[in-house]
Amino acid sequence: MKLTGAEIFCESLRREGVKTIFGLPGGVVLKIFDVLCQQKDLDLVLTRHEQGAAHMAEGYAKATGRAGVVLVTSGPGMTNIVTGLADAYMDSVPLVAFTGQVSTDLIGNDAFQEADNVGISRPCTKHNVLVKDVNELAQTIKEAFYIATSGRPGPVLVDIPKDVSTSKAEFKYPEKVNLRGYNPTVGGNKNQIRQAAEEILKAEKPIIYVGGGAVFSDAGQEICELAEITQIPVTMTLMGLGSFPGNHPLSLGMLGMHGGYWTNMAMHHADLLIAVGARFDDRVTGKLSEFCPEARVVHIDIDPTSIKKTFHAHIPIVGDVKAVLRQLNVILRSLDGNSVQIAAQRKPWIQQIEEWKRAHPLAYKQDDKVIKPQFVIEKLYNLTKHEAIVATDVGQHQMFAAQYFKGSRPRTWLTSGGLGTMGFGFPAAIGAQVAFPDRQVVCITSEGSFQMNLQELVVAAERKLPVKIVLLNNGVHGMVRQWQDLFYEGRYSASILGTLPDFVKLADAYGIPGLRAVRPAEVESVLKDGLKQKGPVLMDIHTDPYENCYPMIPAGGAQHEMMLEDPPELKVAKKGGAHKRKVDEGEGVLPA
Amino acid sequence: MEHIISVLVENKFGVLARVAGLFSARGYNIESLSVAPTLDPTTSMITIVTVGDDRIIEQIMKQLNKVVEVLKVIDLTETHYLDRETALIKVHTKPEHRDEAIRLAEIFRAKIVDSSANTYTIEITGDVDKVEAMINMLKPLGIKDLVRTGRIAISRETTRTASPRREPALLKT
Repeated sequence: MKLTGAEIFCESLRREGVKTIFGLPGGVVLKIFDVLCQQKDLDLVLTRHEQGAAHMAEGYAKATGRAGVVLVTSGPGMTNIVTGLADAYMDSVPLVAFTGQVSTDLIGNDAFQEADNVGISRPCTKHNVLVKDVNELAQTIKEAFYIATSGRPGPVLVDIPKDVSTSKAEFKYPEKVNLRGYNPTVGGNKNQIRQAAEEILKAEKPIIYVGGGAVFSDAGQEICELAEITQIPVTMTLMGLGSFPGNHPLSLGMLGMHGGYWTNMAMHHADLLIAVGARFDDRVTGKLSEFCPEARVVHIDIDPTSIKKTFHAHIPIVGDVKAVLRQLNVILRSLDGNSVQIAAQRKPWIQQIEEWKRAHPLAYKQDDKVIKPQFVIEKLYNLTKHEAIVATDVGQHQMFAAQYFKGSRPRTWLTSGGLGTMGFGFPAAIGAQVAFPDRQVVCITSEGSFQMNLQELVVAAERKLPVKIVLLNNGVHGMVRQWQDLFYEGRYSASILGTLPDFVKLADAYGIPGLRAVRPAEVESVLKDGLKQKGPVLMDIHTDPYENCYPMIPAGGAQHEMMLEDPPELKVAKKGGAHKRKVDEGEGVLPA
Repeated sequence: MEHIISVLVENKFGVLARVAGLFSARGYNIESLSVAPTLDPTTSMITIVTVGDDRIIEQIMKQLNKVVEVLKVIDLTETHYLDRETALIKVHTKPEHRDEAIRLAEIFRAKIVDSSANTYTIEITGDVDKVEAMINMLKPLGIKDLVRTGRIAISRETTRTASPRREPALLKT
């Protein structure tokens, strides 16, 4: 039987197990939306901006491990998802984005709402295709899902011209893909894995450095095993958080620019680095020439281009992290089963790290008048019993959350790492909540980031999604202000958000209850109150605009040269009032 | 160091843009580039001459391999190879210069493929040194126009099987 392109689209999605699509209609995709609304088992989440659709699909994908699906129209519809595509590309999020295109006979004519969708998205997708013939649609969709979810995952864009969605073809969903040039390596090289095992047994000061690849590969259990067999401490990148329990005795928390003092010191003094699905990003390494100077490096990654891209690797292993770690764990168990001996061998190293940790733990100075952002995150961590799915935006609040919210399970930490997209968090939280309606989803955001995609409040209200928005409102672009204080002599160029909306009233306008805390004593009750409500809630928590995030490796600094607190001149400025006045001059920094 | 990289790709819409975009997005150089179908009409061969240290070339090879439509990537500089380029050179030929132009064409085993009252068009094929030398010799006569194909290259069969300097191909498995 012949089906239209739009019907083939819906049928193919069904075959791929898709249940939810995030999108917004427009002229050239009307046929697809027309067919879509007649499908009972395909749920379209209508977003209010295409960027919201892309980030929701990312949140959905990060929380579930399945591909997030986006459907938008041509021209502006497509250009609005570019940030989401670039974000997904940097953070290896499996997305399949369907964009409408003008009819094939109009392509290239500057038709209404025409854009070169594949041209624009080429550098920010893993793969993209313009479907010129309805007969190729099913095969293309099959391949798009396969490419997006296999190997190193990433976004794939499928561009569907209007006439392709309306014309008919025989529908037969392909059994398998036919891609001559795409066949990711899964199992690692056995010799290399054996060598890695030998290095691990020899090492005295080893460290496991886990990135987002471990989350996508579902390697949480294997990492736990590796760490426990060998008693090697584990640090995670911003993207890797959750892959190893943050409250595990061997967890060192996050490393890098705002990582723990003990973590970065351990990295600096390590004699063996076992990099697992991580890519030695500049926010992790700091000054490359002084990064892990004494370490031999085992680098496990499914993407060969990640290996030796910025940092050398003595033992490169290309393969799926989970598969490689399984092989590695088997070898390690067979080579040395004496756990007592291993624990004894590791003791001095663990003790050394403990000493570093005692010397400079994560700390902030509690205040009885002003709410410290760290305090809010700590409270939230305790109140959610460490179980919540947390989506963050980008900036100081994100770093505080990474430091103080010690997630214990993979796929519960949704954040924009590589691209650092402000505006990611709230739609991502919605995406995760759509996937898991019964789980607690918390969006930790700030007034700066939240305003970049707050139009999606209506989606939470309309679908009664119980997303809890914890808005750390300090009236400034906190991270920018921090850098300006530290490196630009306190000139606050465009970092003070003078006029802010009343977020409680704003939530109210969308029919969402809003709560506010302006004093430390109110934090707990507001959080408790907000978290227990059935529907979405916005908690506007006014935090200290002067608080800075430490430890901090200044840009270009070496990993062991961390700033641990405000430098003396900044402390003076804060006390003296000149600094304080500058922040306060922005009207409404802390609207009561 | 200069490397000649052969990239076998699927003959599909947008593949060249993807390969070229990869070079520009990551700041790699393209010294020259040529593309044409192979014996199999579903594939094309892209020959890229690029410059970079070992680390950059390794990244270029890996990045090219990652492109879905790329089937095979070979760094020919790692093996024994032949490379050729063709140039069409239109030179001014005042009557007193014609003999010189013909003589130079003979020396370089080039051909005069077109002539007008005031110009000869000379076709020359050879390795890059030969083509450059020819161009330099013709400059005093006055070059009116010049086009070059960019280099193409192929591995030498006999020496390659006898003693490759290193594994020549980074094949996709």
